[in-house]
Amino acid sequence: MSLSDAFKELTSRPARTVSGVGERVGDMPRVARWSLIALFVVSLYLMPWWPEVPLLGWLVDTPGTSFEGVITDKVVIYVLVALGLNVVVGLAGLLDLGYVGFYAVGAYTLGVLSSQHANLPWLLCVPIAVAVSMISGVVLGTPTLRLRGDYLAIVTLGFGEIIRISANNADWLGGSRGISKIAKPPNIGPLKFGILDAKPYFFLGLTIIIVVVFFLRRLEHSRVGRAWNAVREDEDAAELMGVNTFKFKLWAFAIGAAIGGLAGTLYAGKVRFINPSNFPLQLSILFLAAVVLGGTGNMWGAILGGAVVAWMPERFRNFADKRVFVFGVALVLVMVFRPQGLIPRKIRKERWLANWKPPQRTPQFGETGTGRG
Amino acid sequence: MLLEVTDLRVAYGKIEALKGVSFGVNEGEIVTLVGANGAGKTTTMRTISGLRTVIGGSIKFNGQDITTMPSHQRVKLGICQAPEGRGIFPGMTVRENLDMGAYARVDQKSVAVNEDMERVMQLFPRLRERTSQLGGTLSGGEQQMLAIGRALMSRPRLLLLDEPSMGLAPKLIAQIFSIITEINQQGTTVLLVEQNAAQALRRADRAYVLETGNVVKMGKGIELLDDPAVRAAYLGGR
Repeated sequence: MSLSDAFKELTSRPARTVSGVGERVGDMPRVARWSLIALFVVSLYLMPWWPEVPLLGWLVDTPGTSFEGVITDKVVIYVLVALGLNVVVGLAGLLDLGYVGFYAVGAYTLGVLSSQHANLPWLLCVPIAVAVSMISGVVLGTPTLRLRGDYLAIVTLGFGEIIRISANNADWLGGSRGISKIAKPPNIGPLKFGILDAKPYFFLGLTIIIVVVFFLRRLEHSRVGRAWNAVREDEDAAELMGVNTFKFKLWAFAIGAAIGGLAGTLYAGKVRFINPSNFPLQLSILFLAAVVLGGTGNMWGAILGGAVVAWMPERFRNFADKRVFVFGVALVLVMVFRPQGLIPRKIRKERWLANWKPPQRTPQFGETGTGRG
Repeated sequence: MLLEVTDLRVAYGKIEALKGVSFGVNEGEIVTLVGANGAGKTTTMRTISGLRTVIGGSIKFNGQDITTMPSHQRVKLGICQAPEGRGIFPGMTVRENLDMGAYARVDQKSVAVNEDMERVMQLFPRLRERTSQLGGTLSGGEQQMLAIGRALMSRPRLLLLDEPSMGLAPKLIAQIFSIITEINQQGTTVLLVEQNAAQALRRADRAYVLETGNVVKMGKGIELLDDPAVRAAYLGGR
């Protein structure tokens, strides 16, 4: 069994039809539903103060490092990356082992435009960086998406390395010294983006995540989402049903790359100094681990996976030099007991039977077709 | 002629699987390609639906040359294939699979789609019982029904069926074949590829016998059924 077959097995194993939290919330009365969602969002915005809550604080706090720093420098960024990678890997079923490349493109574009070669403001750089990442996704995807399975995985693996090594050797990208003094986000009222207070960065990241979640939710349930679903399940069959598989795979790559690049700008704008060693291959693997751990193909799973992968090593700082080992063991345990991830993909509840009525007259297939156009 | 295949040549690497296959399908017919393993039947089907590229020859549909047209555009013209074996989407429900069949239609959410859905359910009552079950959990016969039903959802002018009887119990085979006849009588042209030559020839208006990438015989289905050479090769007759 090849790597990608094994992966496919993992990702397309039919999940059971279970009524999850999402559906239960969806079935609630409108007022209750929206107040619950609002409460949840507010509690997320209060995350920097979580360590002060009894019990919860003991559970989430990260000994030895500032919790605030962990959630702004790592959690928010990993979650955003996992959301983007989930589009490529989870929705369209394309195994991408070089996702860090897009993340680097986003970060470097911000660096180049706001410090290395120009002095553009952050607000202007970010859309450009996202666009450049998206274009890099299309440039990588156009020749390679004709490949399938393991071959695609290997090419993407190479892409991630190409970006890092090129950055290391290109003087106009700062070489191995990297780029410093990268622009930070502009202050918004009382939110001052400085070095002392990490909270504004967290609020900004969380807001971006919420917007991305909203956007992806719409996309997932659209015609595009259905096409991705079909491509992931069986590419040939999808093509036979009239899905332009190449086009939709390219879209998945482009959207995934754009979100990865956005995460890169967030990272670069926070740390304000980047060099090639910030974008190692290991990070690609960690991003993929986040998606698989959380539940491939499930957006909420990707969010949880990203958060856990970012936070867990910090939580285990007590174990000093063994913390990476403990982290690895924890990952293995999760995969043993929840092979489809923490929040597996669910089959949407069948609501159609309730409002579907058989037509009055029985049509014949030979009738002059209205089906084509 | 609805489908006109001329001198079709397809190769896998250096091995030529089709060495100049020519045949045609008229509107309203059931035409079958029979042949042994490796004769090129499935390759022919995959080439007509656009999954394989040709090295020579041409395919014309309704007078239009579609030799190099991508697969997904051929569906819009009205060619739809129920692929060989498990060509369904295993992780989607029966209903979602059928919905995917209508993906290329311009009238996606219209009454017509609902009517076609109902029609498919009438042809295959088993699918109605299993609308919210996952495709991958269906039995082999049910999956075959789903594959055919899904193809019908695109309202094809030409339905391509690749080995619809493969791996099915004899009773189910007879049922599938009578459904194919019914679909055809309702006006859909059918191109059928079969190893089960006896059944296929009995149902078909015309038939072509493929052998190692060449058409070696053609004629009316019933005539070929009585042809001694065909009987000897495919029907185990004397």
